[in-house]
Amino acid sequence: MFRPSTYLRALPQPLPATRRFFEYAGGITLLFFDSIRYIVTLRFRPSEVIRQTAFLIVESLPIVLLTSGFTGLVISLETAQSAVQNGFDFVIGGSVAYGTVRELGPLLTGIVFAGRSGAAVTAQLGAMVVTEQIEALKSFGASPTKVLVVPRLLACLIGMPMLTTFADIVAVYGGYYMAYLQAHVSPNTYWDSVNRFIDFGDFEKGLLKAAIFGIIVALVACYEGLRTEGGADGVGRSTTHAVVTGIILVFAFNFALSFVLFQ
Amino acid sequence: MSVRTAPGRAQPAPPPADIAVSLRDVYLSYQSKIVLSDCSIDFRRGQVTTVIGLSGAGKSTMLRLINGLRQPTRGHVFVNGDDIVGLDERELNTIRARMGFAFQASALFDSLSVFDNVSFPLYEHTRLSRAEIRDRVYRTLDAIGLRDVADRMPAELSGGMQKRVGFARAIVNEPEIILFDEPTTGLDPIMTHVITDTIKEIQRRLHPTSIVVMHDMPSVYEISDNIAMLFEGTIIEAAPAAEFRRSRNPIVQQFLEGSEVGPIPL
Repeated sequence: MFRPSTYLRALPQPLPATRRFFEYAGGITLLFFDSIRYIVTLRFRPSEVIRQTAFLIVESLPIVLLTSGFTGLVISLETAQSAVQNGFDFVIGGSVAYGTVRELGPLLTGIVFAGRSGAAVTAQLGAMVVTEQIEALKSFGASPTKVLVVPRLLACLIGMPMLTTFADIVAVYGGYYMAYLQAHVSPNTYWDSVNRFIDFGDFEKGLLKAAIFGIIVALVACYEGLRTEGGADGVGRSTTHAVVTGIILVFAFNFALSFVLFQ
Repeated sequence: MSVRTAPGRAQPAPPPADIAVSLRDVYLSYQSKIVLSDCSIDFRRGQVTTVIGLSGAGKSTMLRLINGLRQPTRGHVFVNGDDIVGLDERELNTIRARMGFAFQASALFDSLSVFDNVSFPLYEHTRLSRAEIRDRVYRTLDAIGLRDVADRMPAELSGGMQKRVGFARAIVNEPEIILFDEPTTGLDPIMTHVITDTIKEIQRRLHPTSIVVMHDMPSVYEISDNIAMLFEGTIIEAAPAAEFRRSRNPIVQQFLEGSEVGPIPL
């Protein structure tokens, strides 16, 4: 009798790491399409999306503002003095805005978001797994994707561009403050330079990147949280995995998106 | 009666109508560990059947099989005549809609208030209006003496109160089958008494098929119509409560007496 499993066993088995990679990628992809199914059929609670968005933005906002503010300050600090000395003061505002809006704003916000809000989501869902709350949800016939993942996915999708907008503004203003203080660059020179180097399209593309990073962070955080095993130790492990994987994916997708959007 | 079964599975004869839940030759293993082995048992409709056994014997896993949260490696699990093994989530959800599950650690949703926890199954499974849901939730909380805590969060309640809120959530949609996982574990004698009284009251009011997993023998005798013992993955004795107490099975006798001496390996 033909038994496919017998023949499959005879085939060379993939390396454990390769298998784990494809299992992980497959799991995330399935979670994404399962979430999309609930989103397009509007089967989620808008109030929960609003609550999660507020929670995740509040979690990350102070750190995003601090990191982006210091980034703007340091770019300006590094460029302003020598630019003025060499007669290139008209590039200072542009270099800060160009680097921030297209790259550093979404990237740094994504990293902070993965580390702060992503970790919070994984820890929350992981704790729900170990205290049987996820099983309780399923036992009442509710889908964890619908009740837990979709609101968080939408919250990250909405929250990341909002945080990135704040980050961009704070970084460019930080840059202006340092250029004015350090190299006495006039406001007109700085803001003219900003306008000359970037346009609204750059800002939009930066926000598109941010939205995609939001989806990545949410999916990784939820996936890791929902597959937590063991007790408190397992929650810790899942949270660490979620942060590390989220940050690596944000970097990788940032490169890919820059290549597609800006080349 | 049309029997629902997963496509491609041989359809065994369904149990008679007075059997609400039936496990037939269920085998379940995780990697090399065998949890249930050729486990068969019938749970009579409208009666309380308590499953006893050593810690780690697979009692809680059995409840999860009945709810479809776990799938057996092989065998059949009948719920109201349907073989639920291999059914997809949507089909399982229609079966779960008529089932309540009170978890060992209560498993209350800690981000929701007591009211929201108890109303959750109603929002998932019914089309009741907000006013009707509110009425039903308060009626259920009244029945277990916890109306005053409706607005509190689970973390603000004692362990016993959390258990009772878990019961309220399990019974709020008046299910035909209720699964109680270790309802008295970790509670003091007074709260244990309150919990057993609550189970008896639920049984008197709703007449569900209750399947209880428990070790506390005085409570077991107080609430059970039938008792079954799970040992090394299989049901070794199942009988009406009075008959079960007279069992001559040495394993059952050792367990009931709580003796260290006997065939049960320590």
